[in-house]
Amino acid sequence: MSQAIANDSAMSRRMQEKGMFAFLRLSAWFNVAVLAAVCLYLCYNGLPVISLEFLTEAPRNMMTEGGIFPCIVGTAILALGALIIAFPLGVASAIYLNEYAGKTRMAGIIRLGVNNLAGVPSVVFGLFGLSFFVTFLGFGVSILSGVLTLAVLTLPVIISTAEEALRSVPDTYREASLALGAGKAQTIARVVIPSALPGMLTGAILGVARAAGETAAIMFTAAVFFTPKNPTSIFDSVMCLPYHIYVLCTAGTEIDKTRPLQFGTAIVLIVLVLGMNMIALVVRDRLQQKH
Amino acid sequence: MGAFAPWSGITLFSGNLMSNRLFKEKMVERSLFFTALISLLALAGIVIFLFMEGMPLFAHYSLTDFFFGELWYPAEDPGVFGILPLITGSLAVTLLSSVLAIPLGVLPAIYLNEIAHSNTRRILKPFIELLAALPSVVLGFLGMVVLAPFIQSAFGADTGLNLLNAALVLTVMTVPNICSISEDALHAVPNSLREGSLALGATKWQTIVRVVVPAAVSGIGTAIMLGMSRAIGETMVVLMCAGGAGIIPDSLFTPIRPMPASIAAEMAEAPFGSDHYHALFAIGIVLFVFTFIFNIVAYRIAAKHRQVGTSSL
Amino acid sequence: MSLGKVLGVAVLGSALLAPLSPATTQAASQVVINGSTTVLPVVQKASESFMAAHPNVALSISGGGSGNGIKALIEGQCDIAMSSRLIADKEVKAAAAKKVNPVSTAIAFDAIVPVVHTTNPVKAMTSAQLRDIYAGKIKNWKEVGGKDAKIVVISRATSSGTFECWNELIMHKTRVMPAALMQASNGAVVQAVAKNPNAIGYIGLGYLDKTVHGMTVDGVQATPENAVTRKWPISRELLLYTNGQPQGNVKMFMDYMLDPTKGQKDVLAAGYVPMPVKK
Repeated sequence: MSQAIANDSAMSRRMQEKGMFAFLRLSAWFNVAVLAAVCLYLCYNGLPVISLEFLTEAPRNMMTEGGIFPCIVGTAILALGALIIAFPLGVASAIYLNEYAGKTRMAGIIRLGVNNLAGVPSVVFGLFGLSFFVTFLGFGVSILSGVLTLAVLTLPVIISTAEEALRSVPDTYREASLALGAGKAQTIARVVIPSALPGMLTGAILGVARAAGETAAIMFTAAVFFTPKNPTSIFDSVMCLPYHIYVLCTAGTEIDKTRPLQFGTAIVLIVLVLGMNMIALVVRDRLQQKH
Repeated sequence: MGAFAPWSGITLFSGNLMSNRLFKEKMVERSLFFTALISLLALAGIVIFLFMEGMPLFAHYSLTDFFFGELWYPAEDPGVFGILPLITGSLAVTLLSSVLAIPLGVLPAIYLNEIAHSNTRRILKPFIELLAALPSVVLGFLGMVVLAPFIQSAFGADTGLNLLNAALVLTVMTVPNICSISEDALHAVPNSLREGSLALGATKWQTIVRVVVPAAVSGIGTAIMLGMSRAIGETMVVLMCAGGAGIIPDSLFTPIRPMPASIAAEMAEAPFGSDHYHALFAIGIVLFVFTFIFNIVAYRIAAKHRQVGTSSL
Repeated sequence: MSLGKVLGVAVLGSALLAPLSPATTQAASQVVINGSTTVLPVVQKASESFMAAHPNVALSISGGGSGNGIKALIEGQCDIAMSSRLIADKEVKAAAAKKVNPVSTAIAFDAIVPVVHTTNPVKAMTSAQLRDIYAGKIKNWKEVGGKDAKIVVISRATSSGTFECWNELIMHKTRVMPAALMQASNGAVVQAVAKNPNAIGYIGLGYLDKTVHGMTVDGVQATPENAVTRKWPISRELLLYTNGQPQGNVKMFMDYMLDPTKGQKDVLAAGYVPMPVKK
């Protein structure tokens, strides 16, 4: 009798467990479903406008026709410019933190700073860029102001991924190099950085993707509504994909007429950003398989 | 670059070269140190410039009126700058999205780390991370053109651009963050704990609920705080989806105007150097302080988390 | 591989940026225009035909808002500021401090039109009714002859030129209630009204399209003619501000803008009212 009850409760417990596991699995797939829904919806509505003309021409007729070429150029310049500034700085910071400072008090303070910088809302970066680069340094609403603002914004991403990459380099590498008589700087330059490089590049790609998708930080510092010609100086302002989506769907004269263009622009942005993220994820996956 | 070249000839151990090398080592360390300070400098710069542009408002506008005023009429002369509706709007949308995002973020993390086959995990996790990478303007756009009309017709709301709409879109944004940090926390729970629990006859489910999750709870706490920090600072979503009415929300369908939306919508219109301009920077300070607190709390929890090992359980 | 590689990236970086920064640090050929979203469609339309006629001049246009445009002009960050309101005293002082002399040129007339959903039976209102709706005194459509439904009031951000104009000509300094939905641009108002059967909003004449219905106010229809003669109660001039009298490329564009056979045609095409031809 009691045996039967025990069996019964074991059964129901297993049933319960099965149910819970199914629920958990569902919750995980729900996230994937959201991502898929977003992408499919965008594609369904936006793919019809994607054409060579859309990708290579400037907007025409009050942005209701033509393409988004200037926006692609603007976004590429801003994101790559930010990377060019932030990557060396970020990697050097990470080297200091991981190879020299370790667990000292100073390193703790710097890490706290990096973590907090990572948490600063993008609109606050925008305010900072506006007051410091645009107004105080007098760069104006320009590529330069935007690049510098985005560089500060992506710095924490690059530092933390680079530090992660450095941490994953086994100490035996360093010891072997030092034992062979190499100096510390030499060890870092010849041994540590080469083995951490793929991981660092992952961070660089993530940084570019973050910068490319950013809107609030550039809307006061670099992006403008309409400037169809390619920039000729770093003091020119530019059009950008994310800001273009925002203005098309909120500020245009014919919002409904440009709806397909909005979806099309969103697709281009998504492909850029998710594409770069996918590359980073694949690189990371390879690395993890290797270790 | 050339300066580093002589190091290749380290077979020569002359004293001069050694001291030269030590000097260079010092120089490298120094310059790396100063580079590492840039993050701190940037953070300090942000604080300094926010305060420099925000504080002038309080020269003639009282802090109490600013924080507890319920009216926001920045263009009047003199302007009225009460940000209580903005703060409550921000808090409401953050709390609502967290309530939704915590289960949606933590449960998949448990699934990925504890239940899923390692191959499933390898495929699923990147997808969730890709969700985190979706640009906010795209999500805001979809919230505006897809979700808002749906909410308006489904619930008969006055407008689909409201608290609920913004909170739902923010949930999509914060879930992947919460998920991946929670997952790291669960991953850090030593396997010996799981094995011990299973050896004592607990089922897998009991082990997860009674042992693994409690052991990772502080890491999950960090994840939630960081998620909330992200939500309160997110701009484009609340700018495009929340409706923009400066009132204290009293229902899910109230249009609201969170702090970042006010800054983004009005910064362009505010005359330079006016009270309005300074007031928007002052909102920036408040926003910064909120996220700063969320972050500090998050890393406090994380620091505690490190001490939790097998021994303390 | 050396530590120099990291530095190399930096060097490479500056090398890549170098072609972008020619010796002339100032945007010599780019005429920067910034300001009101109300004026923007006119200028954008004209800029397209202007750039087609003058391929060597590049125009950069942003629609930050009247305040932003004037700020940028004072800071020397733009050449032309678009504004849908007169420059404020504070801004004049700030300009004087920076030795900037803002000169205004009217390029078009605009009428602000109250709009409702196309299915809304209420097609006419008095300015007093409009004021009471925006002040929150009239809350239901049945009070103004419509169906029994709550009025969803949509306004522009309080610092926009359009809001200021509305505030002055309709509200007479009565406050717009805080519960009004504040939209950042004309386009956003059109969007919100088009999607909501119970909404009311107000927009510049140039934004009036088939998706929303423009109401008559005090029995007057919002037409270009009524705007110029000021029969329409809510009309205003659209202005371009320059630092001193326009010169060079800026003057070229201003002249183009005011030419009845060129820019003024674009004004009409953008849905605004051209300046009356001076005799």
